Amino acid sequence: MQVTSPVREPLVTGGKTLHDVTNDIARHVEGKPTRLWYISFIISVIVMSYGIYCLYNTWWVGLGVWGLNKTVGWAWDITNFVWWVGIGHAGTLISAVLLLFRQKWRASINRAAEAMTIFAVLCAASFIMMHAGRAWLAYWCLPLGNTYGTLWVNFNSPLVWDVFAISTYLTVSVVFWYIGLIPDLATIRDRAQNSISRFVYGTLAFGWNGGAKDWSRYEAVSLVLAGLSTPLVLSVHTIVSMDFATSVIPGWHTTIFPPYFVAGAIFSGFAMVLTLMLVTRVTFKLQDYITMGHIESMNKIILLTGSIVGVAYITEFFIAAYSGVDYESYCFINRAFGPYWWAYWSMMSCNVISPQLFWFKKIRTSITATFILSIIVNIGMWFERFVIIVTSLHRDYLPSSWAMFHPTRFDIGDYIFSFGFFFTLFFLFAKYLPVINMFEIKMILKSSGDKKSKPADVHAAKTTTV
Amino acid sequence: MSENSKRYWRSTQELTNETGFVRNANEEFPGLSNPSHANNEAKGSGMELSSHRRDFLKVMGFSIAAASLAACEAPVKKAIPLLNKPEEYEPGVANWYASTYAEDGEYASILVKTREGRPIKIEGNTLSSITKGGTSTRIQASVLSLYDTERFRGPRAAGKNVQWAQADDEIAAKLKEISASNGAIRIVTGSLLSPASKQVIADFKAAYPSAQHVTYDTNSAFGLTKACKIAFGESFVPGYRFDKANIVVSFGADFLGTWISPAEFSKQWVSGRKVNKHNSNMSRLYSFEGTMSLTSANADHRNAIRPTEEGQYVAALYNAVAKLTGAATISVAAPANAKFIDEAAADLVHHKGTGLVVSGSNDFNIQLLVLAINNLVGNIGTTVGTEATSNMKQGDDEAMSAFVKELGAGSVSAAIFWGVNPVYDYPQGAALKGAISKLPLSVSFADRPDETAEACQFVCPDNHYLESWNDAEPLKGYYSLTQPVISPLFKTRQAQDSLLKWSSAKADFYTYLQEYWKAHMYPQQKVRDNFRDFWTYSLHDGIFEPKNADWRTHAAAAPAVTGHEADSHTEPSGLVHGETAAKSEAPASSAKGFSVDLGSVTSAISSSAKGSGFDLVLYESVGMGSGRSANNPWLQEFPDPISRSCWENFVSISMTTAKELGVVVDEGDTFLLNVTYNGVSMKLPALVQPGQNKNTISIAVGYGRSVAGKAGVNVGKNVFPWISTANGYASNLVTGVKLEKTGEEYKVAHVQTHHTIMGRDIIQEATLSDYKKDPSAGHVSHLISTPEGPKKATDFSLWNRHERPNHAWGMSIDLNACTGCGACVISCQAENNIPVVGKQEVLNRREMHWIRIDRYYSTNDVSALGVLDRPGALEIPSDDPEVVFQPLMCQHCNNAPCETVCPVAATTHSTEGLNQMTYNRCVGTRYCANNCPYKVRRFNWFSYPDNKDFAINPAQTDLGRMVLNPDVTVRARGVIEKCSMCVQRIQDGKLTAKRDNRRPKDGEIETACSQSCPADAIVFGDMNDPESRIAGIMETEYEMRSYRVLEEINTNPSVSYLTKIRNKAEKAHA
Repeated sequence: MQVTSPVREPLVTGGKTLHDVTNDIARHVEGKPTRLWYISFIISVIVMSYGIYCLYNTWWVGLGVWGLNKTVGWAWDITNFVWWVGIGHAGTLISAVLLLFRQKWRASINRAAEAMTIFAVLCAASFIMMHAGRAWLAYWCLPLGNTYGTLWVNFNSPLVWDVFAISTYLTVSVVFWYIGLIPDLATIRDRAQNSISRFVYGTLAFGWNGGAKDWSRYEAVSLVLAGLSTPLVLSVHTIVSMDFATSVIPGWHTTIFPPYFVAGAIFSGFAMVLTLMLVTRVTFKLQDYITMGHIESMNKIILLTGSIVGVAYITEFFIAAYSGVDYESYCFINRAFGPYWWAYWSMMSCNVISPQLFWFKKIRTSITATFILSIIVNIGMWFERFVIIVTSLHRDYLPSSWAMFHPTRFDIGDYIFSFGFFFTLFFLFAKYLPVINMFEIKMILKSSGDKKSKPADVHAAKTTTV
Repeated sequence: MSENSKRYWRSTQELTNETGFVRNANEEFPGLSNPSHANNEAKGSGMELSSHRRDFLKVMGFSIAAASLAACEAPVKKAIPLLNKPEEYEPGVANWYASTYAEDGEYASILVKTREGRPIKIEGNTLSSITKGGTSTRIQASVLSLYDTERFRGPRAAGKNVQWAQADDEIAAKLKEISASNGAIRIVTGSLLSPASKQVIADFKAAYPSAQHVTYDTNSAFGLTKACKIAFGESFVPGYRFDKANIVVSFGADFLGTWISPAEFSKQWVSGRKVNKHNSNMSRLYSFEGTMSLTSANADHRNAIRPTEEGQYVAALYNAVAKLTGAATISVAAPANAKFIDEAAADLVHHKGTGLVVSGSNDFNIQLLVLAINNLVGNIGTTVGTEATSNMKQGDDEAMSAFVKELGAGSVSAAIFWGVNPVYDYPQGAALKGAISKLPLSVSFADRPDETAEACQFVCPDNHYLESWNDAEPLKGYYSLTQPVISPLFKTRQAQDSLLKWSSAKADFYTYLQEYWKAHMYPQQKVRDNFRDFWTYSLHDGIFEPKNADWRTHAAAAPAVTGHEADSHTEPSGLVHGETAAKSEAPASSAKGFSVDLGSVTSAISSSAKGSGFDLVLYESVGMGSGRSANNPWLQEFPDPISRSCWENFVSISMTTAKELGVVVDEGDTFLLNVTYNGVSMKLPALVQPGQNKNTISIAVGYGRSVAGKAGVNVGKNVFPWISTANGYASNLVTGVKLEKTGEEYKVAHVQTHHTIMGRDIIQEATLSDYKKDPSAGHVSHLISTPEGPKKATDFSLWNRHERPNHAWGMSIDLNACTGCGACVISCQAENNIPVVGKQEVLNRREMHWIRIDRYYSTNDVSALGVLDRPGALEIPSDDPEVVFQPLMCQHCNNAPCETVCPVAATTHSTEGLNQMTYNRCVGTRYCANNCPYKVRRFNWFSYPDNKDFAINPAQTDLGRMVLNPDVTVRARGVIEKCSMCVQRIQDGKLTAKRDNRRPKDGEIETACSQSCPADAIVFGDMNDPESRIAGIMETEYEMRSYRVLEEINTNPSVSYLTKIRNKAEKAHA
């Protein structure tokens, strides 16, 4: 099929055979969970339980338990929403765009990244539900037939576009992820030692038999779905950015938002994938599959997108000054030097300055540095959304209404909920499903398989000499 | 097993196959067979025989079901249909009754809206030539006090509920006993405006000759009445005419906020402030005041004087005027900073007879000197009316001190307190409390618990004024009537009835009042030829003004009526706002003899105590007043027009003092200050007040009630004990006050924490001289450069125009007229069922008011600063700022940013230009609130009607719910709400017009805010109606004074504003 240059670093190290790959990855699904998994999972559940308590309060008592007010009507809720949606983007980018571009290194990380996408989008969706004053009626945002006569959704509203964008995104992501799982599920079914596993994985594998026809269909579907997902990478965050861009609030009303948001989303998504993969890699001992090469490639993307985001920040300032609009100029001066200066400068240092460190190969290839920076980037991206939402709202047109936003323990608790929820799902995924795409790894073993054959050749050569 | 072939018979009849047996063999209960079976048997269906068991089961099933259903309690419906519907009563249709509010130092002739028998809203009565339809915050809020759950349910004796008969017997017996032994009986009341009630007291005094009447005003104007007594030989408050004054000079008299009769004065003053293309005459207001009162804030020129030096300033003005008029000057030390004295003097002399000098001081020497100035420039008899004098303040501080002394000495045997609460608001209240509790007889007429009632043996609760008959004479010869609009809710009784009962009079007060009017008022007119008609008309109109030509015309034009027809489905005719310039005839201007010995005044002023330490001004706040309505949550949550804070009193300090003490107020976070006067220290939160004199601090009275009810108790601190009575009058000004910063932090709830407009043109203003040159002065046009040259920002639009085929409702708000009083805020709250959320939620910046009055201070010039330094500098108000008020409600944008972003189309545009909010469609995303550039949308963060944390919200009790307007939904948790431009009133007006087969008339439909405004600052109407006032304003003021807030973002609001015009003196060095 494809020719891989022998000078390229191998994508999988450690001289794995096909059987090794299956063993290494399916081991975690088949074996008893490790102590570490139990501890992590229980912590996640505890965190989620506290979050559920906070969520219960939010829904039962009212949104007044949050720190919002008449001026700042969105703060942590929508910050978290945009943040989670952004994180989700990396999964789609890795699985769809990199697939189309035949970037084979994606094989080791796409499964987990896609799972992360789905869980992140679920977390994001939970904030859509949370932020609605009457969440039990949130389904009115869907264009469902009803008995209210002509009353329907308002297609002018970016929130309706959001609903479409997010639901499409979630659906396509789930389907893509699941289709990709089927060959691996079949592998696990075939290796299953007990009838329950065989039944469950067998059902989930949809009767996959590994025949050429199966594979041919699989390839076709993957390609179609990849094609479908690719525009989503751009559209979802574009639409999310339109929540702000189509408004009249200075600091929101900005045409630069769509590309800026997409770059930011990829930026934060890759950082999150890195955070998760670095942990999974160590806990599941998958260093041979997720190699330094992967980490470095991802760091390069972070560096690129981080720089795009940085340029966007500076452009905003330029436009604010150039436009000559008082409100706009004030908004940006206020961001940098107003009462929320600390949020702005946290954002700037985390998002613009810190990724520039990846210009240095030493840092780019350091596990510790990457891990720390990946977390810093996500902190920065959270602040970016906070800065956009809160600093624009808290001092908009009429100074009489200017106010500050102070989070309460329920703002924080509901954010904590999303972490608990995310990690609970992620740990369940890591235990019960193959975290690395086995069959795709096997493919790249083949095409970049010089490494594998080398010891055998040496052995053969030796025998011939004897 | 062998086959068992044995047979058993049930009876020998079966064995013998008897016919009777065979017939009934298969029936279980042969005797019970249904007679109707006889018919069915003929059909041979055979079902009858087997159906009995099933029937039984059916019946049993039904019985069980019925029994269990019966066990379920059917909901008890409280609605009881009318057996005989009263003629004038129509469910769903409001009845309006004319009445009078005269309480707490305020007066207004009012209309009361009742729905299904419940009074729910107060509006001003435009027939009154005194208040002309104006109201105030407290007048608007008074309807809620009717439904106060804390009100006394009936008479009480020694803290226990008793029957009226028992209380009456005991009190009458005691009174007789005391009277027999010639023991002193004292009736302490506030200023009684009611002539009939005064007669009742006179009768009481006749029955008990040892009784005396003491009039006690909490915020007394004794200095003024005493000065008039000296100057004119008669003790009164002059009938001021601010409408006739081209020049007003106020020395600390907050006539727009709290002084004498603010609703009346606001109406008058504003009539001279309205300018347009055709009339650019405008009165000028000078204010010499150390604190920032509402009047001070509205002044064209303001000098923040030290209050203890007020005498010197008045003397300086006297001398300046005297110099110009050639009169003798007096020798009083010149004041420290005579800014604006010369300008004011020149103006007063230039406008002889049309100027007005007023002072809020209670020092009669200062008041005498003020009268002398008015006399010098010929204002006595014109703007200082001496014929139609005011009865608003009749309090006699000397008599009250004498009473307190007597009480302390134990020489009083009985005291009756009516409408006063001296234990709380008299400086020596604590001592008074002890003395009252030792009295042989003490009676309070308080209708709800207060500090004095608590100390009294008997509480004989008065009716609320909406349950009472009464009359009032606010100005001499100008009468009005109070009529009950609801039966007493509790076993309360009018105070007058109690007094009549105890003085053994037979008549009830209603009859008494009629008799009194028959004897005293009826003869004053010739329009009505029988008393029945006269009474009915007076009651219908609410007023009787024999001296007013307008009244005579109006009365003569009205048809004769018979029977009791005091109500009307619509408001009395002539309710159209508009011409507010005084149409009523001026009282005869022949001045009473005026004589003042300026020598003694001069020496008194020269020797008056010099200020040391800080001067402390104890002022009444616009919302809370004397604290009588402390348990009214609407008033507690009413943001003070100047400080924009609520649920608290605080110590206002100047910016200089703040700097010295190191106090910074940020977002309501402040420090407690230790205020010490006369050896008494109190800790109060600091509030930095721009424009405050640097040696002056001020604290609002009316807070810190210890007995009031859940909304009012222990809110703030009571500073009445600091009122000084040292000089023989109650002085709200004391000096030698010490101020220390404590380390303690504190939060004061503000609804606005940024005080400047940041150089934005949301406020557009000009000076009068510029305006005269160019009527578009101050108007900012937003132009955008295009290749075709500059174009207006509003010429570019993405939007299709909304069609306005029928009406186009709009509003025009005159920034020049708005005094910032806030009557509209409470009016809107009452009309639209706006919840009260409490201090914590206001701190969280979640107050729910649909209309707010933004108050901005001017800043110092920042043009020298760099771009980055400017915003910070613009946030700091000037130490001597100009103030502007801007009422802001939903702007009903035609390109509404909120409408496009709502995902569920819960907020939409009507074909009449209204931005509508559909509560039951709202899912609560708050996107609309975020995208509103005016930030007028409010979110229901909690379920205010039933969340127990909001117990102060009136909608939480059965009684409190009675005040709710049934035409307006009570909003659920999680939905957005906002100003609807009183859509319920628009619908009502349209229906009325449709019923009469005509178009709605301009002025027929008024929003709550426009109707209640004492300044007529808000004009509401149909912009499609060429005859309407609003269409007129839109046309004449287009591109002139009229502007829209944030015009450049092209939201195209239906609410427009008229620029603020300041009438600066030509030569004034500002």
